[in-house]
Amino acid sequence: MKIIKAIKTAFAATILLGTGSVLAAEGEVELKHQDWSFNGAFGTYDRAAMQRGFQVYKEVCAACHGLKYIAFRNLMEIGFSEAEAKAIAAEYTVPGAPDEFGDPTERAAGLSDYMPSPFANEQAAKASNNGAIPPDLSLVAKAREGGPDYLYSLLTGYEDPPEDFELGDGLNYNAVFPGHQIAMPQPLFDDFVTYANGPEASVDQMAKDVSHFLMWAAEPKLEARHQMGFKVMAFMLVLTILLYLINRKVWANVKKKH
Amino acid sequence: MATSTFEPKNRLVRWVDQQLPIFSLLHGSLGPGYPAPKNLNYFWNFGSLAGLCLVVQLVTGIVLAMHYQPSTAEAFGSTEHIMRDVNYGWLMRYVHANGGSMFFIVVFIHIFRGLYYGSYKAPREMLWMLGVVILLLMMATAFMGYVLPWGQMSFWGATVITNLFSAIPLVGEDIVTLLWGGFAVDNPTLNRFFSLHYLLPFVIVGVVILHVWALHIPGSNNPLGIDVKSPQDTVPFHPYYTAKDLFGIGVFILIFAFFVFYAPNMLGHPDNYIPANPLVTPPHIVPEWYFLPFYAILRAFVTDIGPITAKLQGVIAMFASILVLFILPWLDGSKVRAATFRPVYRFLFVILVVDCFVLGWVGANTPDRVLIDLGDSTFDMLHLGQIGTAWYFLHFLVLVPVISRREKTKPLPESIANPVIRPDAHAVPAE
Repeated sequence: MKIIKAIKTAFAATILLGTGSVLAAEGEVELKHQDWSFNGAFGTYDRAAMQRGFQVYKEVCAACHGLKYIAFRNLMEIGFSEAEAKAIAAEYTVPGAPDEFGDPTERAAGLSDYMPSPFANEQAAKASNNGAIPPDLSLVAKAREGGPDYLYSLLTGYEDPPEDFELGDGLNYNAVFPGHQIAMPQPLFDDFVTYANGPEASVDQMAKDVSHFLMWAAEPKLEARHQMGFKVMAFMLVLTILLYLINRKVWANVKKKH
Repeated sequence: MATSTFEPKNRLVRWVDQQLPIFSLLHGSLGPGYPAPKNLNYFWNFGSLAGLCLVVQLVTGIVLAMHYQPSTAEAFGSTEHIMRDVNYGWLMRYVHANGGSMFFIVVFIHIFRGLYYGSYKAPREMLWMLGVVILLLMMATAFMGYVLPWGQMSFWGATVITNLFSAIPLVGEDIVTLLWGGFAVDNPTLNRFFSLHYLLPFVIVGVVILHVWALHIPGSNNPLGIDVKSPQDTVPFHPYYTAKDLFGIGVFILIFAFFVFYAPNMLGHPDNYIPANPLVTPPHIVPEWYFLPFYAILRAFVTDIGPITAKLQGVIAMFASILVLFILPWLDGSKVRAATFRPVYRFLFVILVVDCFVLGWVGANTPDRVLIDLGDSTFDMLHLGQIGTAWYFLHFLVLVPVISRREKTKPLPESIANPVIRPDAHAVPAE
């Protein structure tokens, strides 16, 4: 069946070409691919890296970027104890129930609260950021071509613009950002945060850690998915082999006649 | 045509069957009572696979609808709620999202199987046309389903596609307003799309029942494309094709599961993880992969011809690319069904498959992407798309009608049970 082979090849080629060309059109730059622990069929998140990444988010990114789909209770999923998550939550204030006179109140955040966003609304965000709105980071690792590799490459992609490059007012040169002009100034510098116990807080290390953390924020069920995937694939493989054998047996008397 | 009559041993089954012959129906349609050609190859598995896909989409879709909020303020957030907080919500959503892609892969292969083996020809024209109706319903359902998560591609895809209807003269603008439920893609649009996205799958179920009914009148076509002549040519559907279909389902689920568990977002677009924003247009608005060839046809028309705008031409061509399938049984005049015995048609078939892939590739790219730089002019994606579109219609409207009536076909085998070509057999001349 030559024809089937031809169709299969064409199909595979189109998928490759299709995705490849979209990538090329949007990126035009080589991303720095990292060997993430969550890659591959058995990939899992690195709890220590995520906790460091959360620290980077909290001390650097959170000044401008929200993380609104993450609740403080979710922090227990990256290895914080309940007490630690509660303590982190208590550092934030959120709107409380109206008091007895109907006036608004504030209270310390608890485990069931979601991460407060840094700006009250888009106008406030724009006013503080030269007209640009810093995007919420909850899903950013899935909302950009290249995912965590893109985030890492972007965070480590700040460099001096080429001599003939005209940089817009208030914009910064980034090798990875589409168009190379990004409103966000370089966010990370060596030793910007102090890791309690762990590697040195180099730009490279912090970029890796926060990208790791943001991948978890975007895809918190990845580990459950990989685990179930293995069970499903293993089960279906055995079942399919059995179904193949049954099919062969059922057809044996028909095929013999030929 | 039944090879065996249904005589239940169980008294309860017999009692039910006397008053409502549902067991007889199953016996005669999927059981030992349905004789199927014994030479069906694995391309005949895709009908049952399509049925499986439909059931998977219905089951996961109904569960998702229990947690989803069809309002512009909450749609995106409720989708994330499903992904993060609902028990196995991520599984339901990834199965449903990838299930749509799997459904289209299966149905496209099913359609091209029909094109190759001449399954659309007499006496199966009605069966084929019902299939085209299912394809149209699937496309409408998939399009509206993609809008529901209310991401950037949802919103802008909906805007682009609904705007197409404005190209229709006189009533176009009114139709668009009706589709939107207002003057822009907004909450009423999302609400009606959700309502219709829930309704249409059940309409599909109805047409599938008609499709299967129409199948059982002449019975399945087969890889030789010749009629069943004697009981020696057939085997009972059960156990032979139930066993074969189950094996096919096993292989299919393995592929499906690979996407769901290891590449759940590969067939989607990253921009749909950005909440819909009417003020920010994504750099490239692209539909889901299964619409890309049609998108390329839509964009292949760039010159207004008098009152017929380029946009209207594109819209007509896009719909015509599917509607042409309705009349294919009459465009193709060959008495021989299977392409195996039609060398020229077989060649054209291969080109058509390549053409559809080329159109898909063009649809994924911006029209102004340069493919060949000729110095003073360039050969762009647009031009490739125009060639691909021209070839698509040339194939169905000119080449197939002409060649099918002139082509010298190869001699057909004697029967399915005895697939030899008699030495004195003559090639069948076209009529």
